[in-house]
Amino acid sequence: MALPIAAAAPRTSLLQTREALRRAMSEEMRRDPTVFLMGEEVAYYDGAYKVSQGMLHEFGPERVIDTPIAENGFSGLAIGAAMAGLRPIVEFMTWNFSLVAFDQIINNAAKIYQMTAGAYHVPIVFRGPNGAAEALGSQHSMAFESIYAHFPGLKVVSVGTPKDAYGLLKSAIRDNDPVMFMESEMLYGMKGEVPDEEFLIPIGKADLKRDGTDCTLVTWNKQIHTCLAAAEQLEKEGISCQVLDLRTIRPLDEQALFDAVCKTHRMVVVQEGYTFAGVGAEIAARVTEACFDQLDAPILRITNKDLNQPYNPTLEKMVLPSVDRVKDAVKLVCSRGKGA
Amino acid sequence: MGDPSPSREQLLEWYRQMYLIRRFEEVAAKAYTQRKIMGFCHLYIGQEAVAVGVSAALRATDVVVGGYRIHGQIMARGVSPRAIMAELFGKDPGVCRGVGGSMHMASQEHAFWGGYGIVGGHIPLAVGAAFKNKYLKDGGASLVYFGDGASNQGAFFEAMALAELWKLPCVFLLENNYYAMGTSIERQSAITDLARRADGVGMKHWQCGGFDVAEVYDNVAKAAEHARSGQGPVLLEVLCYRYRGHSMSDPAKYRKSGELDEKKKHDCLLLCEDHLTPHGVGEADLAKVREAVDAVVQDAYEFADAAAEADPALLYDFVLHGGTS
Repeated sequence: MALPIAAAAPRTSLLQTREALRRAMSEEMRRDPTVFLMGEEVAYYDGAYKVSQGMLHEFGPERVIDTPIAENGFSGLAIGAAMAGLRPIVEFMTWNFSLVAFDQIINNAAKIYQMTAGAYHVPIVFRGPNGAAEALGSQHSMAFESIYAHFPGLKVVSVGTPKDAYGLLKSAIRDNDPVMFMESEMLYGMKGEVPDEEFLIPIGKADLKRDGTDCTLVTWNKQIHTCLAAAEQLEKEGISCQVLDLRTIRPLDEQALFDAVCKTHRMVVVQEGYTFAGVGAEIAARVTEACFDQLDAPILRITNKDLNQPYNPTLEKMVLPSVDRVKDAVKLVCSRGKGA
Repeated sequence: MGDPSPSREQLLEWYRQMYLIRRFEEVAAKAYTQRKIMGFCHLYIGQEAVAVGVSAALRATDVVVGGYRIHGQIMARGVSPRAIMAELFGKDPGVCRGVGGSMHMASQEHAFWGGYGIVGGHIPLAVGAAFKNKYLKDGGASLVYFGDGASNQGAFFEAMALAELWKLPCVFLLENNYYAMGTSIERQSAITDLARRADGVGMKHWQCGGFDVAEVYDNVAKAAEHARSGQGPVLLEVLCYRYRGHSMSDPAKYRKSGELDEKKKHDCLLLCEDHLTPHGVGEADLAKVREAVDAVVQDAYEFADAAAEADPALLYDFVLHGGTS
């Protein structure tokens, strides 16, 4: 067999998102003995969504820890462990359950560095699936980016591809501040190429998932894929959209937003979660404040309809962002300012 | 290990510390009425034996977590009266640079984690410290102070359940002063011997008196030893009493008539004097101790009063740590 002559392209593997997340956690746990994983069903059950499959076998029950159903208690415990010098990864079976731990996350994790004037910090990752899956009903379908991004002292990451999931989770684990790391049930089985060589993706950097000239779609997590599908269809109709994946909600990559709007002069934010006081509203305000003269049309938001999620799958789809709703919004902003 | 007969020096030191806390709090109360201390100010007067006994029974490296009535607890841990008073005044040399205030004072050097204003919300943190002790097998233990009011919170029960499940070396120190703000123990709990709360998770628990510093010391030492030995956490209910209101704005009209005077008969300083008498320590010796403490507290007051205000330049310094591992 002849050896390859040309320099090989970086080797990659096709990984599911759950495999990419698992690889990130496992590598970090091998690298740093203070890193451990804790949550409901993460050990013997191999994870409710099999993200931690096999990790108990490799790391043992001291580092892959099943908790009782006590989110307030184990979240607070993990925050204390982080103050004491460990680096916990806390899995919420879904971010919906984080509300039970809200006091611990907001009043303790987000504030301890400030309240102690820097004497203690909280290097912790809370992670789990976020947003609607399929027909999970009212209490298992919320998106939490805007909730946690509201608070100084927290970082909020929300990923939509295996590669980003891997690179950002590693950065989150190494970060000395509390990181809210949001995944999606719908993407755990989605495959994507991930370089075999270790890499990190910095928190706070957006990523252009598709280039375009007429309108910028700002999005994150699984709505990336809605936006990419919409952009593809719009291309055939003569409208060129770029898709900017924020990846991190807080700290917000304002420069990427400003650069995008200076290029396309039109912007639509596509997000899950409620409209009112959502991340889209924050983005629209900041971009308008900084780049008003660059805008040819108001920034529009495609969000969940402003109501709680119904169970019925047809009704559920009506509530969530869709390719058609995104296309309509793009056409609307592109119809304004033309020929001016 | 509890020592049933503490030495003369030990007793004198405890007396000094208890009197220091009391005098400090009296001066803090004065400064509050002068509006030099703002916001909330929860005084520890009456409960001094608890903090002093606790601190004597723990190692300097054991993590201690407090609630919102922490002036005495952090002082017993060794933080200087100057640094605490300056914090209450919101001044730059305060133990938390004037950022924390009365309820949020922490010192890494003294393994005192603060200072938390959400009743009961701090209890799981101490269990986390104990989790680290077990994870690293470093022989440490943690202790968390909270009150009878906090013993109604879900965080308290969840923290106990986890600590016992994993046999973590944590002492849950319940200071039962009989009032959650203005709500008496009978009006807030169907059981009034609160140590029994631990029965539901199978945790070891007992009660002790909180006026005699030697008794507190002895019981906390036993509890810490139990926790450290790997046998699991302990809920230690210490029966105590606060002489002042819940906070500076509370005249404490909810007390039963004569209740305060009855409690003061068991004042921690009087009981300590009783312990000292057989050692030949008389009123003249104690007066000297008190005089020296009065000077220390006056110095703390003057220091805080003259100190620079919290530095506006640090306003954004404590939002995020910013580092990585």
